[in-house]
Amino acid sequence: MKASARAALQAASRWRALEFAFWLVPVAAYFLFPRHYLLLNEMAIFALFALSLDLILGYAGIISLGHAAFFGFGAYAAALFAKHIHPDPLLGLAATAAGAALFGLVSSVLILRGTDLTRLMVTLGIALITYEVAAKMAWLTGGTDGLQGVVVGPLLGRFDFDMSGRTAYLYSLATLFVLFLIARRVVHSPFGMGLKAIRDNRLRAAAIGIPVNRRLAAVNTLAATMAGMAGALLSQSTSFASLDVLAFHRSAEALLVLVIGGTGWLYGGPIGAVVFTLLHDRLAALTPQYWQFWVGAILAGLVLIGRERMRLIVRPWRWFKAKKVGE
Amino acid sequence: MTALATFSLNKRFGGVAATQDVSLAIEEGARHALIGPNGAGKTTLINLLTGVLPPSGGRIELQGKDITALAPHQRVRRGLVRTFQINQLFAQLTPLESVTLAASESHRLGARAWQRLGANAVVRDEAADILERFRLADVMTRPTAELPYGKRRLLEVAIAIACRPRVLLLDEPVAGVPEGERAEILDSLAALPADVTVLLIEHDMDLVFSFASRISVMVGGALFAEGTGTEIAADPRVRAVYLGEGGHG
Ligand SMILES: Nc1ncnc2c1ncn2[C@@H]1O[C@H](COP(=O)(O)OP(=O)(O)O)[C@@H](O)[C@H]1O
Ligand SMILES: [Mg+2]
Repeated sequence: MKASARAALQAASRWRALEFAFWLVPVAAYFLFPRHYLLLNEMAIFALFALSLDLILGYAGIISLGHAAFFGFGAYAAALFAKHIHPDPLLGLAATAAGAALFGLVSSVLILRGTDLTRLMVTLGIALITYEVAAKMAWLTGGTDGLQGVVVGPLLGRFDFDMSGRTAYLYSLATLFVLFLIARRVVHSPFGMGLKAIRDNRLRAAAIGIPVNRRLAAVNTLAATMAGMAGALLSQSTSFASLDVLAFHRSAEALLVLVIGGTGWLYGGPIGAVVFTLLHDRLAALTPQYWQFWVGAILAGLVLIGRERMRLIVRPWRWFKAKKVGE
Repeated sequence: MTALATFSLNKRFGGVAATQDVSLAIEEGARHALIGPNGAGKTTLINLLTGVLPPSGGRIELQGKDITALAPHQRVRRGLVRTFQINQLFAQLTPLESVTLAASESHRLGARAWQRLGANAVVRDEAADILERFRLADVMTRPTAELPYGKRRLLEVAIAIACRPRVLLLDEPVAGVPEGERAEILDSLAALPADVTVLLIEHDMDLVFSFASRISVMVGGALFAEGTGTEIAADPRVRAVYLGEGGHG
């Protein structure tokens, strides 16, 4: 019994073949689509952003309508860092991570209390305020014109962020992968299981000694850090930051991506981000005016068909689940 | 030595006094039962003791220390653990995950974010032991939501045991469990170390009299009588308001 318990606990966090296969796809894409690095870069950044939202939504059960606040904060922080402090991208990424972590920690106070509905309002409020602050502080952020004159130095002192987006894609992909590994490790830890317990039953979580608020603050901080780093990847690879990085549609799209890919299994964000970005790209090419309509229609259809029925058809989130042990 | 004590504890819900001036002392290592008709305020008292609800007045002491102002999780960390009358489980976790998590928390390893759940052998073996004792081993890797009620009721208690309680509050632990399936729960309660203090809320009088050495009777939010099983059984007032009714359910 002890041995089977041990085996089952170990199996839960073991890497599965399909996971390796999954990570081969972006590597293969690098060789297969050399003309599409910009799009691939966009996907990797969006994947990281959605992954960070999955940590608080899928694992801790905290719904947020304002996750773009952290993304946008990170985008501006990295651009400003490059412009005023140091052009090195990795240094900028690290500084952004620290700043976004602090922002996340402070904002945690606001999401701890209340119901899902009040949290929706509060998170939306945080994002709106952040947007307005960035718009008003035009002397720093460039306001509605965006932040111009950002020059990002070469990666590792050697690889310039070229027009093709090659460096940018590899940089974003590597960052995504490292942060994914961290997220994966965290969700399989006692801390990560505690988050799921909080998500499933907050009352009981507290009744087994889990300091619910402290854990939620911790995961919000982690999620904010990752979202901020995603924002940094965007502004570093485009040498630009505008108010768009803080716009409401970013928060909403991250939620949509998780609707597409599913929450609470880590791959929902990356898969959803790829599907969404492709959809966006294809539809925008077909109907430049109305692509949003078609994205909306497809998503509405998705929701109407229902995740439950979808699950029966494809069950992608089952592919990675632990093989049952001891049954 | 008193393990758990309340002093003039009060709780009002609007106009309803669910707890009225309750002063209760439970001895270290006691097997204490709390009985009373439905709506007497037993669950409310547990909610006050565990910090789920703030009292309107009064004080609570655990092992001589005032815990009235402590958050629920802080009380758990001091050894005050409960089960719920209505199952409060983690629907998407498996019994193995739930029990291992509770054991991790009781060993103060719950905040570790860089280690696998169950990486600690002591925690893991404790969890395996408890799952086996509660006959949950065969379903330990299935999501809790998929388990039959009887198994979920066992898990409700198993999780509390994994918290390594010093004082255990059981709110009708065998409620809804058919007579024939109660053995696991009752055996595991009987197997608790003698120094663990237990407060049992239960309607089944045979169970109460066989388990508890002291019994408190609650009626209308107030403590009505307290004594040994024999004393309570013989108390005419208790018989009148409670046992005599024959109604409990
Ligand atoms: N959260 C609450 N809000 C309002 N009234 C409550 C609440 N919880 C319990 N009560 C009331 O307090 C009284 C005691 O209930 P309870 O403690 O559940 O009794 P018991 O567990 O002994 O059956 C009942 O009248 C009940 O309706
Ligand atoms: Mg009750």
